[in-house]
Amino acid sequence: MTSEDIRIGVFVCHCGTNIGGVLDVPSLANYARTLPNVTYSTDNLYMCSEVGLTEIKENIKEHKLNRVIVASCSPRTHEPLFRAICQEAGINPYLFEMVNIRDQDSWVHMKEPEKGTEKARDLIRMSVHKAALLEPLERVKVAINHSAIVIGGGIAGMTAALNLGNQGFIVSLIEKEPELGGLLKSLNKVFPSNEDASTLLEIIDIIESHDNIHVYTSVIIENITGFIGNYKVTIKQNKETIDVDAGVIIVATGAIPLSPEGYFGYDQKKIISQLDLESLLKNDQVKANNITMILCVGCRNEERRYCSNICCMSAIKNAMLLIEKNPNAHITILFRDIQSAGTEYEKYYRKAREMGILFINYLPEKPPVIKKDFVDVYSALLNQDIKIPQDLVVLSTPLIANEDSEVLAKMLKVPLEENNFFLEAHVKLRPVDFATDGIYVCGSAHWPADIAESTSQANAAASRASTILWKDHLEVEGSTAEVKTELCIGCEACIRICPYNAITKDEETDTAIVNKIVCKGCGLCGASCPKNAIIIHHFTSDQIRAEIFTYGGAI
Amino acid sequence: MVIGAGIAGIQASLDLAERGIKVELIEKNACIGGRMAQLDKTFPTNDCSICILAPKLAECSRHPNITLHTLSEVQNIEGSAGNFTVNVLKHARYVKEDACINCGICVEKCPMRVEDDFDMQLRKRRAIYIDYVQGVPAIMTIDKENCLWFTKSACRICEKVCEREAIDFEQQDKEIELNVASIITATGYDVFDPTSISYLGYGRFPNVVTSLEFERLISASGPVGGHLTRPFDQKEPENLAFINCVGSRDIKNNPYCSSCCCMYTTKEAMIAYEHNNNIQTSIFYIDLRAGGKGFRDYIQRGCDDYAITYIKAKVAKILQDEQKNPIVVYEDTDTFEIKQLKFDIVVLATSMIPKKDAVRLSEILGISVDEYNFLKGMTYHPQKSSKEGIFLCGACRAPMDIPNSVVDASGAAAKAAEIVMRL
Repeated sequence: MTSEDIRIGVFVCHCGTNIGGVLDVPSLANYARTLPNVTYSTDNLYMCSEVGLTEIKENIKEHKLNRVIVASCSPRTHEPLFRAICQEAGINPYLFEMVNIRDQDSWVHMKEPEKGTEKARDLIRMSVHKAALLEPLERVKVAINHSAIVIGGGIAGMTAALNLGNQGFIVSLIEKEPELGGLLKSLNKVFPSNEDASTLLEIIDIIESHDNIHVYTSVIIENITGFIGNYKVTIKQNKETIDVDAGVIIVATGAIPLSPEGYFGYDQKKIISQLDLESLLKNDQVKANNITMILCVGCRNEERRYCSNICCMSAIKNAMLLIEKNPNAHITILFRDIQSAGTEYEKYYRKAREMGILFINYLPEKPPVIKKDFVDVYSALLNQDIKIPQDLVVLSTPLIANEDSEVLAKMLKVPLEENNFFLEAHVKLRPVDFATDGIYVCGSAHWPADIAESTSQANAAASRASTILWKDHLEVEGSTAEVKTELCIGCEACIRICPYNAITKDEETDTAIVNKIVCKGCGLCGASCPKNAIIIHHFTSDQIRAEIFTYGGAI
Repeated sequence: MVIGAGIAGIQASLDLAERGIKVELIEKNACIGGRMAQLDKTFPTNDCSICILAPKLAECSRHPNITLHTLSEVQNIEGSAGNFTVNVLKHARYVKEDACINCGICVEKCPMRVEDDFDMQLRKRRAIYIDYVQGVPAIMTIDKENCLWFTKSACRICEKVCEREAIDFEQQDKEIELNVASIITATGYDVFDPTSISYLGYGRFPNVVTSLEFERLISASGPVGGHLTRPFDQKEPENLAFINCVGSRDIKNNPYCSSCCCMYTTKEAMIAYEHNNNIQTSIFYIDLRAGGKGFRDYIQRGCDDYAITYIKAKVAKILQDEQKNPIVVYEDTDTFEIKQLKFDIVVLATSMIPKKDAVRLSEILGISVDEYNFLKGMTYHPQKSSKEGIFLCGACRAPMDIPNSVVDASGAAAKAAEIVMRL
């Protein structure tokens, strides 16, 4: 295509007042029209609205555009939408360019609108010069293996496996312990119904007899390879190594309660944990009459700033059970903020107060002190120190991330957040997806979750997984790396730096090859290649040079 | 079939559609998007709400497996899981869907001024309108109750100015019949009206507003263009108070906890501070419920970087001075003194309550409600209603925030897919 054939359309978005309230948007649209190869330009209050999208499509036709640029919010949220619109209008989606004039311009230069507008002019000009050099790219098709692997056989993992099994997909459920059930096995009763935890474990029988579900227990995961539609998990079971293939993976590895070792003189006799209390209650071995529970032990502190979400409710549950067994018992719960959000839990909390359980708010700067026969605590509400008689103290500790989370995260190549819980793709709208395609998370592996939350997330993860599993093929990113074999010297710099393990070496030719399905087009390999032998499609050296030259002036 | 096209209904529909299952998406309003479209930003990432929602709205309207029915209500159902017959009433829009291009000329010329519910009645819209600029479907609607033609047999200006001849006063409501295997309800929530709690002064004092009204005031697309001023005298506020649990955790009103208010009051205070760094905020609370992922850190950031003070107190009443500044009277639990603090605006974090037609819907569908009239889910499988084949998600079953609604929606979609796959 000669340069006369290139017809670029530039669409500048106000994003309400997000951009329009800072930058001079109409002037940007006018400016774009003065740039080389730009056939048409305009501005719109919201380019992503149906009106805006229709405007793009109609102008592509009317002005025979063959390159489209939208200057707006961020490609992170909106590039797929605009690319799809281009495709609908008959333009290869890779002939679309997005200029970020909101997140990286109007938002950061809110107080200097003139400079912000000047920056937007630069950004748009750079994009116009790049757009002239864009090439159409094709998305690769991948075949999908229709089965799933669920890692973790607690209530979350079992629920996810059951749903997928019931939808007709083959599921491999992998558990490191000898039995399914997870943390539920160590519980006595569950809130807010106060029924036996064992009734919820009846699902184990259904799982084990399900035609579509294969259960592997006492398993160690050795290795995970592959990519969406084609994962391979290598497991070791009784010294035997087994390869399990699947199209998707669901992570449901749960969390573990922090041991109160080192807090408040924990001795497992007179000062015990809630988990210890669960088993005492199960075996009807509680002898004490004056029982004090201390919440937030080992969390909401410097070391662990987070609130573990479920401890208030499980303390209240055990307090209720203690009163039911021994109506003369005096139960005091020392808390910071009671977490009983929603309808059922708030009712449960109110019921506990009506049963005579005493709730005292303590301040972290004046924590309770355990003495022989008493707990001393300062009550802010009463503005005085009070002495609570005690013959048993129960400590509520948070759920913390599994110690093997780091290893698993590395094998899956997915991120953890600062407390080592798995980090989802988007907190708000993709709560059970990972940024890596075909891997999902649910239950306490994601964040401390109660049973209802775990089963909800498990079904959600199964739903997300099913959107992949039923398909025969999947189209993946077209903007990937390609090795120019004739220039490659086989130094392996690219292989070492690739974060997705997408590059391997062809031993015969001694050159690197990129797996286009795994490659995310991040560009690290291209930048690290000493021979300039790697093309990053859609971000070629020519395209980037064109942007830099027009910004800094031609050299 | 999915009933309700807020974020929950949209997510459930998209999951099912992507799963290869046909979806009939029923929405009562003229546009989809629900409450999330009214919000300015979302916690704890402070992502712009409409910016992350808009691509999903567009996806919903473009997806070949989703049929969108707006201005529609479920009238009756028969049958059982795997085979429900549903009667849906589609209200007339009086605008031809295929002709209107949302150019807005009719809106400009319409002489009527009507309280705008989308903007919490903080500004006026016309009798022909679209709720918000990114609205999907992007077509106008005539509000029959307020249109001069329907009320006084006059005007018809919109018809004259529309170059596309898209106005059609002859349109009639019509009933359609749909056959579906499974039903998901995602009808959302209403907001508690705090007028009845007279000591808080809402409705009497102009600078006492609800949290959703405040959300519109700080929103870039809201009635004051995101330039935060008092609705009463256009003064730029510098002292804000938020009162949590208004109508919630209150046995006289709603005994339950509304789940989201601790977090969204912090968010609204943060956004206000971003508008004006001189703003100081006090948040009055009972318990700070911040058990979600990253929520504690968010509260801490509120204290450290956004001049927010959290005051554990029960507010006794709100008074007003001569300049109409609200005065909060409360007991300081540290000193046991009754204190008074003067603010420019007081924001009431009002409860999420069941939709006013929740009981009627439950009767039509033959499912149970709980003691507060939320649709009742099973304790440990909350997306399951009391009837096989009918599932619940989002705030129609209990107050919840956006991520939980999205989880719920995908969860309900998974259960509905089980029913469909059984066929």
